[in-house]
Amino acid sequence: MSSTDFKQDSGRSASRPPTTGDIIADRVFRGGAYAAGALVVLLLIYILWEIGFRAMPAIERYGFGFLTSAVWDPGQEKFGVLAEIWGTLYSSVLALVIAAFFGVGVAIFLTQDFLDARLAQVFRTVIEMLAAIPSVVYGLWGIYVVIPALRPVAGFLNETFGWFPMFSSSFSGPSMAPAVIVLAIMVLPTVAAISQDAFSLIPYKTKEAAFGMGTTRWEAITKVMIPTATSGIFASLVLGFGRALGETMALAMLIGNSNQISWSLFSPANTLASLLASQFPEASGIETQALMYAAIVLLVISLAVNVVGTLIMAMSSKQKVG
Amino acid sequence: MSVLDIARPATDYVAPQKTVAAAAIDARISEIHYGKFLAVRDTNIAIEKNKITGFIGPSGCGKSTVLRSLNRMNDLIPSFRLEGQVQFLGQDIYARNIDPVVVRRHIGMVFQQPNPFSMSIFENVAFGLRLNRYKGDYKQRVEYALRRAGLWDEVKDKLKENGLALSGGQQQRLCIARAIATEPTVLLMDEPCSALDPIATRIIEELMLDLKKDYTVAIVTHNMQQAMRVADTTAFFSVDISRGGRTGFLCEAGDTEQIFHDPKQDLTKRYISGEFS
Ligand SMILES: Nc1ncnc2c1ncn2[C@@H]1O[C@H](COP(=O)(O)OP(=O)(O)O)[C@@H](O)[C@H]1O
Ligand SMILES: [Mg+2]
Repeated sequence: MSSTDFKQDSGRSASRPPTTGDIIADRVFRGGAYAAGALVVLLLIYILWEIGFRAMPAIERYGFGFLTSAVWDPGQEKFGVLAEIWGTLYSSVLALVIAAFFGVGVAIFLTQDFLDARLAQVFRTVIEMLAAIPSVVYGLWGIYVVIPALRPVAGFLNETFGWFPMFSSSFSGPSMAPAVIVLAIMVLPTVAAISQDAFSLIPYKTKEAAFGMGTTRWEAITKVMIPTATSGIFASLVLGFGRALGETMALAMLIGNSNQISWSLFSPANTLASLLASQFPEASGIETQALMYAAIVLLVISLAVNVVGTLIMAMSSKQKVG
Repeated sequence: MSVLDIARPATDYVAPQKTVAAAAIDARISEIHYGKFLAVRDTNIAIEKNKITGFIGPSGCGKSTVLRSLNRMNDLIPSFRLEGQVQFLGQDIYARNIDPVVVRRHIGMVFQQPNPFSMSIFENVAFGLRLNRYKGDYKQRVEYALRRAGLWDEVKDKLKENGLALSGGQQQRLCIARAIATEPTVLLMDEPCSALDPIATRIIEELMLDLKKDYTVAIVTHNMQQAMRVADTTAFFSVDISRGGRTGFLCEAGDTEQIFHDPKQDLTKRYISGEFS
């Protein structure tokens, strides 16, 4: 730990090199930060390895066919998760579309001077509180409120627009529709909070520039604010999508847990997470291993969404900086 | 005696009859408040057509406030209140039936900090054209605006790149191109060079001299040499603390030559000579 000291003869300068203690504190802090970062990566690898190890027998036995078959029959030891992959992606995409619409709407409403600052803060807190409600409570609310409320609407849609694939079956109670609605509400706080940050980060001078060009308020929002916040909004959607993919309890209670692949919102379906939740308690032997395989599929989908999202964001910000 | 104790409005020097006739903007502002705070009083000033009017004065004397009330930019600030009239081509822009959005489409603005939009260089310049639903040739119009802003040669090969990727001086010229693409009648500039280096500053000053052939320009500057170099008319603002707060007012306005070489007001004389800033 040798450090040069530019000592002056007069000795009046207060400049001194950092003490040994300062240097040690710096090294310890840096070391700790690296270790914490490495630990997170190691943990992820460990989890993947552990689950992969347990899933190995099922992976060897069912191979790629696991992803293309929609049969889940422990009796005959036949397993496939195509229906669950479909259900996971379909429910998450639909929920995200709804959450994006309302979440970005809420973010605009709360950041673009529609409310006075204090009222906006109250709204913000209320929406953040949505994220604190336990999943199982959402599930119960879905069963006792959303499903009964949907029954007449779904009946009407099916009778009148039954030719449209999304309304093509009669309402079965627990099904895609209530699951998507509840899931959208659960994802909304994530999308709203992160889009709000994106809008709040836009400097005041950008708003001035927009109004200085003679935009109306609506034009300032649609032609300047939203394009400027795009990458933040996109980040909120990636995170929201990740949250939707992994949501378990509420979906297990609402989606009907049936291995079907259908466009219809009123048919029961299944997702990977709710398959795990509902089958695990009674599973044993090869079914447990198949469930581990399903867990890996879910993990890979989630990771892929995050990686692709991050790449797209990195690419678009690179474009910005030139 | 402090300079600031002298509190004499100098309205008798403003807007002699001949200048009013050629004025694009004729402002007769008696008071501007931010909430309870009286920021500006007694400021009558004419912005003449095809000339550059420079606003000078110590900081906090209300130059920006007055400039921004000329195109109703200050309406963004909820506590802002103006008493008086601002005639633009014969109409009071603060009249009840006037939409500030329309005013701002005719009176463009360039700000102290460059503020291009986070979109391509082309789209930045085309922004006002799209906003006004322009039907003609966008490419030609964008190129023309960029040429006038002295930026074309530097960006012609990267029009698709984000405007924020340019240097500060280039960004400011991009903002000027954006402001003039729609050919507004008047261009207001609030210390457009304060964030720029001397070379970029010179480019923008030359640009202003070129622009006044077609536009009317009002520019706030903290730099007296800049006012002498570019302004035809100079308005000197000062601040008085006699009524409790720090209230700005127009102290003297006239030909730049006269203001700098033969100021009528004692305050102006002392400011020009560098006694305070
Ligand atoms: N948005 C605002 N709210 C309240 N006071 C303001 C605001 N903008 C400016 N002021 C006040 O008005 C006075 C004039 O400011 P400004 O016009 O920016 O002066 P200048 O541009 O000459 O430096 C200052 O005292 C300033 O503090
Ligand atoms: Mg100013």
